[in-house]
This record gives sequence, structure tokens and C-alpha cells, in this order.
Amino acid sequence: MRKYSVFAVAREAMRGHKGWEAQWTSPEPRKEYDVIIIGAGGHGLGTAYYLAKEHGITNIAVLEKGWLGGGNTGRNTTIIRSNYLYDESAGIYEHALKLWDGLSQDLNYNVMYSARGVMMLSHNIHDQQVFKRHIHANRLNGIDNEWLTPEQAKEFCPPLDISRSARYPINGAALQRRGGTARHDAVAWGYARAAAARGVHIIQNCEVTGIRRNPDGSVAGVDTNRGQINAKKVGVVAAGHTSVLMEMAGVRMPLVSYPLQALVSEPVKPIFPCVVMSNTVHAYISQSDKGELVIGAGTDQYSSYSQTGGLQIITHTLDAICELFPIFRRMKMMRSWGGIVDVTPDRSPILAKTPVQGLYVNCGWGTGGFKATPGSANVFAHTIANDAPHKINAPFTLERFRTGRLIDEAAAAAVAH
Amino acid sequence: MLLIYCPYCEEERSELEFRHGGDAHIARPTNMTEMTDEEFEAFFFLRDNVKGLTFERWRHLNGCGRFFNAARDTVSDKFLTTYKAGLPRPDIATLRPAASAPVETYEATESDAK
Ligand SMILES: Cc1cc2nc3c(=O)[nH]c(=O)nc-3n(C[C@H](O)[C@H](O)[C@H](O)COP(=O)(O)OP(=O)(O)OC[C@H]3O[C@@H](n4cnc5c(N)ncnc54)[C@H](O)[C@@H]3O)c2cc1C
Ligand SMILES: [Zn+2]
Repeated sequence: MRKYSVFAVAREAMRGHKGWEAQWTSPEPRKEYDVIIIGAGGHGLGTAYYLAKEHGITNIAVLEKGWLGGGNTGRNTTIIRSNYLYDESAGIYEHALKLWDGLSQDLNYNVMYSARGVMMLSHNIHDQQVFKRHIHANRLNGIDNEWLTPEQAKEFCPPLDISRSARYPINGAALQRRGGTARHDAVAWGYARAAAARGVHIIQNCEVTGIRRNPDGSVAGVDTNRGQINAKKVGVVAAGHTSVLMEMAGVRMPLVSYPLQALVSEPVKPIFPCVVMSNTVHAYISQSDKGELVIGAGTDQYSSYSQTGGLQIITHTLDAICELFPIFRRMKMMRSWGGIVDVTPDRSPILAKTPVQGLYVNCGWGTGGFKATPGSANVFAHTIANDAPHKINAPFTLERFRTGRLIDEAAAAAVAH
Repeated sequence: MLLIYCPYCEEERSELEFRHGGDAHIARPTNMTEMTDEEFEAFFFLRDNVKGLTFERWRHLNGCGRFFNAARDTVSDKFLTTYKAGLPRPDIATLRPAASAPVETYEATESDAK
């Protein structure tokens, strides 16, 4: 891998940009690998990268049915924060936030992580109580989160309407200053390039259609549309399609897949300095470096694999955005799209071993797993390499739905993301 | 947005009038206190989460208020049929997409406009 640097840019500028090499290759699959990862989203590619970098396992294939980063990784609104309520969640999301900080340097790839602050609006006394509880819990875990008055919130985000006559009046806000955004595609591309440079095979247009088992029940490999590929260890990192893949190994999952939508406006000059979320009226918004307002909507009420959702879900969110930020009322929306998110009963992820020896699963990130990408990939690589969880992901088992040790962010998360 | 045929009102109405009610044809346990943890987990937390044909409950909340069942393809989101609560799972091989009756929703008249 040729390193990206200011000198490389200068050199290529001198010779008509003819020397840039492909960021990753597209090799023919081998007959056998040490580890197969199913799903080339950020979490899957990151897992391969950390397996190679930290555990010395490089004979890895990442199998992707479409193109890498084409799943939820390339469809999300990129909100990053770590101010979750419970200790277990704080552990894994904060692990990720710390990795975000140095990720561009680590990967030699600009993932455009921007800690511009994530502000959550409080509209009523219940919001206020819940947010303050979060703030105290976060601080005990060493995670920054602070309470703002409506005036302070407006100072932090000038387009916000805090007038008493607003349709959704604001009585304060919780702010995590280290929260922010990153460039979603760059995260997938950066991990792909860095993993490929360490010998990982990224095989696109390769759909897994079956999971093979040995007579003793352990994993033997996978069937794909490009033939059978063997491996003693297989990691399923397939977001909305996890239930389908796990069913191939006879494991029924505590997951439901829902459409989740987002949309972007026409690009405009810098107007919006941070990320704002409102749980109560369901809206969240930020501005990309290209200038588009990036707006996230909610999930549909029914399970689906269609990758499209109802228009009423989007208009509901835009209603709220226009009330909170009257300045955007005449803005035109340019594109909207949907992803399929895998939701667990307690809204916390599963990163764990499974009842099948050699089969591992990283799923259940639902509507909010982009922020966790580096942390999740890092501890999942540890889990696969050692056939045992890292202490950070040890609580995120599949068995918790039997034992009752839930990590119940369902009731606790300030908002879906 | 989905158009849903309510088998009680015998009319196709906009999704806004309905609430999704989870999987259909689930036999709810009558011996909750005697169940093992495995049985409770399977009933309460695990889901088939089918990609393809699924059977689910809907409630015509802002209409007749009644629960009914539907067969829907989760890839295309098309309904194959809807049927009254208590009826057995229909034989899908014999089904065409749900019968469409005259519609009076705003959305429907809108899309007919030339
Ligand atoms: C609209 C939207 C907005 C969101 N906003 C946020 C946000 O603001 N902040 C946040 O933290 N999170 C957000 N999320 C959630 C976040 O996108 C996901 O949790 C995260 O990106 C999941 O990453 P992943 O790598 O696990 O999955 P994905 O990126 O979905 O990757 C899974 C891959 O598996 C592949 N695959 C599936 N089946 C097979 C098969 N049989 N064989 C081979 N490959 C297969 C898929 O093609 C896909 O590429 C949002 C999601 C959506 C849809
Ligand atoms: Zn009805």
C-alpha cells in the first residue's frame, strides 16, 4: 500500500495523477481461509482489519453480496456519540469514540471525524429528568455530557427556535461536545484499504447462501454464489440480514428488521454548526461538508427487507425540522433512501459466540451502530481470535434474552441514535 | 405508504389508519409460571423475521378498531391477502395479490389524477 500524504498529493499533481493505485484488489476466492467475515460494512471490514493488525490473522475473506459499504454503513446519518445510560453501553460506545479520535491516522485515510458536538433537545419535564439522569450516569463513567439552558442551546446552534411560542418549546438540552459525525463511505473504504494492504481478501458480489457444518456441529465453511469456501471460523456481520444468515445455521435470533430512512437537502453554505437531535418530536439533523443538510427519519412500523419506507415517515420528520428551525422551511430536499436495520428487544447489540462452535455474530446495532464501528470491530476481532469475548463486549451475549440480563437501552436511550 | 384491505370494513384504506401488531398465529402460553427460560425466550424474544412471505397481525385502529391477519411479502411489501382474526393460515399457493376494492382515500384519488 502506498501511503497517502501531502507529498503523495504533490507528487501526483506533478505527473497528472497517473500514479494512484487501486485502494483494494478484487481477488478470486481461495478454497479455504482461517476466518470468513460475512458482510463488508464498516463493522465487518473493521473486524478483518483488527484481526490482521492486532491478532496476526491475515488469511481472511470478507464476503459481500453487493458492493462494500453499500449496506447501512453507506446509508446512515453518521451521528457519533457515547452518552448512553448503562455502564455496559458506555463501555463499548466510549471505546469506539476513543478509537474515532485517531482513526484517520491509524488507517492513513481521512474518515473526516468531526467532533462538532451532539445536542439533544429537551421539550418537557420528562425529557429534562431523563437527560439529567443520563448526564449524571455519563459523568460517573468519565463521559462528557452537560446540561444547557435554552439560551445556551441557541448560542451553540443559532438556527434553533427557542421562542416560547414555538410549536415544540425547548426547556433545555444535553450536549456531548466530543460527539459529532464522520464520512460514512470513507470509514468503509479506509478499513477496506487498510485490511487489503495486510492481505485480507475482500470479495464483492459474493452472496452467502448456506453455512456448512461438520458432523460434530461446528462450522466448516459457507456456500456462496461463487462456490464453496471453507473456514473453521465464520463471523456474521450482516446487519438487517442477520436473521436470514443465522437461520442457515439453525439459530433463531431476537431480531426484527425494519426500514429506516434518511434524506439530504440541496447543498448550501455552512449554516449548521453541530448535530441536533430531538427524541420527542423525532428529528435529527446535521450539515455535511458538501453542504447538504443530513436528516434522519424514523422506522416504519412493519418488518421489511425492501430498503424503502413510507413517505409519511419522512414528512413527519420534516414537519418537526421546520418547526425547530423555521429557517429551513423553504429548503428543497434532494434525495431520500432507506436501509434495513436489525432491532433487538433491548435495543442493545449482540457481539458474541453462538451455540454453533466457530460461528460468531455481531448484530443488533439497529438504528444506531455507525458510531460504534471502530469499537465493535475491535472487540469482535478479539472475540474471534481468542474464541472468547473481550471484557467490553462480554455483556452483549445472545443468552441474555434467556437469562434476563438485558441491557435495556430501549427505555433508556435518549433517542434512537 | 401501504394500502391495506380491512376484511371487516371490506375496504382498502391508507396505512395511517392501521397499527402493525407483530407476528400472527402465535399460540400464547397459558402456563406462563411453569415455562422454562428457554421456552419463554423462544416465545417472547426470538422471531423468525422472515425475508419473503410473512403472516402478521394488523389492527384497524382508526377505523373499525379490530385486529385481523395478513400475508405479506417482506421484500416487495405487497399483501397477498388479509383475513379475519381466528381464521386459519390461508393456502398461499392459491392466492393472488389482495383484492382491491374501490378506494376513497385522499392518496388514491391523488394518484389517479392525470
Ligand atoms: C437511514 C439510517 C440512518 C442511520 N443513522 C445512524 C446514525 O446517525 N448514527 C449511527 O450510529 N448509526 C446510524 N444508523 C445505523 C448504522 O448505519 C448501522 O448500525 C451500521 O452502519 C451497521 O454497520 P454494519 O457494518 O454492521 O452493517 P452494513 O453496513 O449494513 O453491512 C452489512 C453487509 O452485509 C451484507 N450482506 C447481507 N447479507 C449477506 C449475504 N448473505 N452474503 C454476503 N453479504 C451479505 C450487506 O450487503 C451489507 O453490505 C443508521 C442506519 C440507517 C439505515
Ligand atoms: Zn376495519
